[in-house]
Amino acid sequence: MSEQAQVRKEASMVIQKEMITAHYKALEEAPQTGKKLVYTFVPGNLNELIRCFDNLLPVHPEINALQNAMRKRTGKMVTDAEKLGHSEDVCTYVKADIGMLRSGNIGPAGTRIPNPDLLLLSYTGCFTFMKWFELLREEYKAPVAMLHTPYQGDGMISDSMRAYVVKQLQEEVIPKLEKVSGEKFDIDKLRELLQRSREAEDDLVAVLESAKHRPSPIDSYFGAVYYVGPIFSAFRGTQGAVDYYRELRKEVDQRVREHKGPITPDGDMGEERYRLVVEGPPNWTSFRDFWKMFHEEGAVVVASSYAKVGGLYDMGFRHDPEHPLETLADYCFGCYTNLNLPSRVALLARYVKEYEADGFLINSIKSCNSFSAGQLLILREVEKRTGIAGGFIESDLVDPRYFSGANIKNRLESYLQMVDQKRKGAA
Amino acid sequence: MSLDALVARCQALYDDVSLGAVRTWKDAQPGRKAIGFMPVYVPREIIHAAGMLPVGLMGSDIEIIRGDAYYQSYICHIPRSTIELAVSGRLDALDGMLFPSICDVIRNLSGMWKLMFPDKYAKYLDLPQNFDSAVGGTFYAGELRALMDDLEAMGGVRITNERLLESIRLYNHNRALVQALYDLRAEKPWQVPTVELYLLLRAGNVLPVEEHNQMLEAYRDEVQRIERPQLDNSRIVLTGSFCEQPPLGLIRTIERSGCYIVEDDFVLGTRWINGPVAEQGDGLQNLVEAFLTHSVETASVYIADKPKGAALVGKYRQRRGEGVIFCAASFCDPALLDQPMLATAVEAEGIPFTEFKYSENTGQFQVIKEQTGTFSDSIKLWGNT
Repeated sequence: MSEQAQVRKEASMVIQKEMITAHYKALEEAPQTGKKLVYTFVPGNLNELIRCFDNLLPVHPEINALQNAMRKRTGKMVTDAEKLGHSEDVCTYVKADIGMLRSGNIGPAGTRIPNPDLLLLSYTGCFTFMKWFELLREEYKAPVAMLHTPYQGDGMISDSMRAYVVKQLQEEVIPKLEKVSGEKFDIDKLRELLQRSREAEDDLVAVLESAKHRPSPIDSYFGAVYYVGPIFSAFRGTQGAVDYYRELRKEVDQRVREHKGPITPDGDMGEERYRLVVEGPPNWTSFRDFWKMFHEEGAVVVASSYAKVGGLYDMGFRHDPEHPLETLADYCFGCYTNLNLPSRVALLARYVKEYEADGFLINSIKSCNSFSAGQLLILREVEKRTGIAGGFIESDLVDPRYFSGANIKNRLESYLQMVDQKRKGAA
Repeated sequence: MSLDALVARCQALYDDVSLGAVRTWKDAQPGRKAIGFMPVYVPREIIHAAGMLPVGLMGSDIEIIRGDAYYQSYICHIPRSTIELAVSGRLDALDGMLFPSICDVIRNLSGMWKLMFPDKYAKYLDLPQNFDSAVGGTFYAGELRALMDDLEAMGGVRITNERLLESIRLYNHNRALVQALYDLRAEKPWQVPTVELYLLLRAGNVLPVEEHNQMLEAYRDEVQRIERPQLDNSRIVLTGSFCEQPPLGLIRTIERSGCYIVEDDFVLGTRWINGPVAEQGDGLQNLVEAFLTHSVETASVYIADKPKGAALVGKYRQRRGEGVIFCAASFCDPALLDQPMLATAVEAEGIPFTEFKYSENTGQFQVIKEQTGTFSDSIKLWGNT
């Protein structure tokens, strides 16, 4: 039996796996069951709204891309898209998706994902989303429901912004969901779903904030990818998500009581030697190798911006059933990449202090301008405000050509040595 | 002023990356203020109506000393040259900056500006992607009202409706003059070289609209007084250069390689609104309606109901093009994500096309000259349009 296979599966892991498997199965069987597919994005996703309609199922192309990458399938998908004329300079999620589509739309579960009945273009925090669904519209000839979420350029949400999004929900998004589903929108059902979201969000925040303990019982970057999975994707607002987060919180609380560190793919992590805050998405094509570079050094990520890309719950936001459409608007505004740079810097500096981190690292993604443009200034500003030295590594989302393991490991080790030196100096 | 002198003046304005013309304008009257804006579109009428000078910034091919320290190698060039210009003091004449929504890089630059230059006004101008008057229009009107309030608070003149309508008239005239020159170029491209037209547009980035209008009129009159030789060039529609601009040498290279550029999207903000903005009634509402109903179709705008590429094909037909050149800046998300869809549309019409990328500081043009020259030759030899 391999070392990896001996790792104990926590109950929450089993629950999540079952949820995802069932979801992909439901997608595969949609042509038989008559369910309609709504493709949409993670940041600003309107899962409760989609789930209001019994006949609709959400599909998240970014999730397909990243899960395919973790299964080492995206290299060919990306190059296939480039052969079709897609530039080497642009988002590799898009190219992986186009490559998947052109090779039969076989999703990460190994089954065919049916074509979309609606493209719900929730344009939150990333310009590429708009172009992505324009591309898919050309490919699938599917209708699009466009929701333009204004950017928090001045670091706040104005009444005008909120009213704009609510109006779009009322006049653009909901009518199209009604049309494609053949069902009438029921606002009370939306309230019920939002209430369940709220419960799950409370538990998620408790899990994320557990990293303030020493040792941290979780890894808030690599591990958090799994923790945020259900709430960022097809399950927010469902009872399944409520159950999952309740179980997860129970397990994490237990780890705190036992003074245990995070679970890694290689088992329990050893001694916690470094506490890091990380900015930027992870690399998916070598996800485990990437994580291993950290946990082998005793480096645990105690807070990350990526775990906030689908919602910034730890800053107090909760879906509010009393104001169902307004709360969906506020959710969209609050996703991490919809924050302006000063807000991002302030958040990261706050994490460094509140989580007592001794390092701040940026993983800059080659093909994600939404995250990457401005990160070198973020690095300097966070250093200035916290007094800790920052580190900078580069990789890509799902293009394996841009993951240089040796280079990243070298940089990471050098960075951690620098953290050591600073600690010795301070002592 | 002779044609040569006009063009030389435009060239001097283009070369002066320290915004000398803006300083001169400000020095002429104490208290004047200038507001910079990034590509592609801001309603310059509002800035003008506040008694301020709108200044279009389009990067530069200056030597980058500090700007590269702010950007990874895989980010386009315009933000790094813009930062370079700012940190080297060459944008000191500007009292504020507007960053219209075009892409994530320019969007994030707005926040960088707030962090780097906290004493200067910086605003991200969110242009609506919903074009329903009651939805996107209401939101956009709110954005513009907030901008007007900001400019007035900065010491601008109170923006009365009368002032705004007067500014709209001036910019309508400007748009009409630019459009007329584009029409003239399409009709007689040998008579209006694109390099000259481009320099004229760039001059409008730093001159008051009143002066720019006079300049455009003078050029229009002068260029029709002379006869220039007609060459056996191919008629090209160029697209993809709406934000980061190609270096002047690249435009010249394309023309010298045997291509007459009969349509392009350089300095697109000058032609963002197709046709005049209404000159009566509520000026702000007129600007909103013009944006919603008469915006140009380009990559940063969500096109809801029309097939992608229809506008490009339409322009190609209107300008009697013979080929399309996709000419986008490296790492330009909007242009490069759009390109496969546009290429598909163009290909479906049997229109010949070629593509290459550039950076605003590209210095080697030989390869591009060979490519566009060969493209032009192939059109002449085998073109079917």
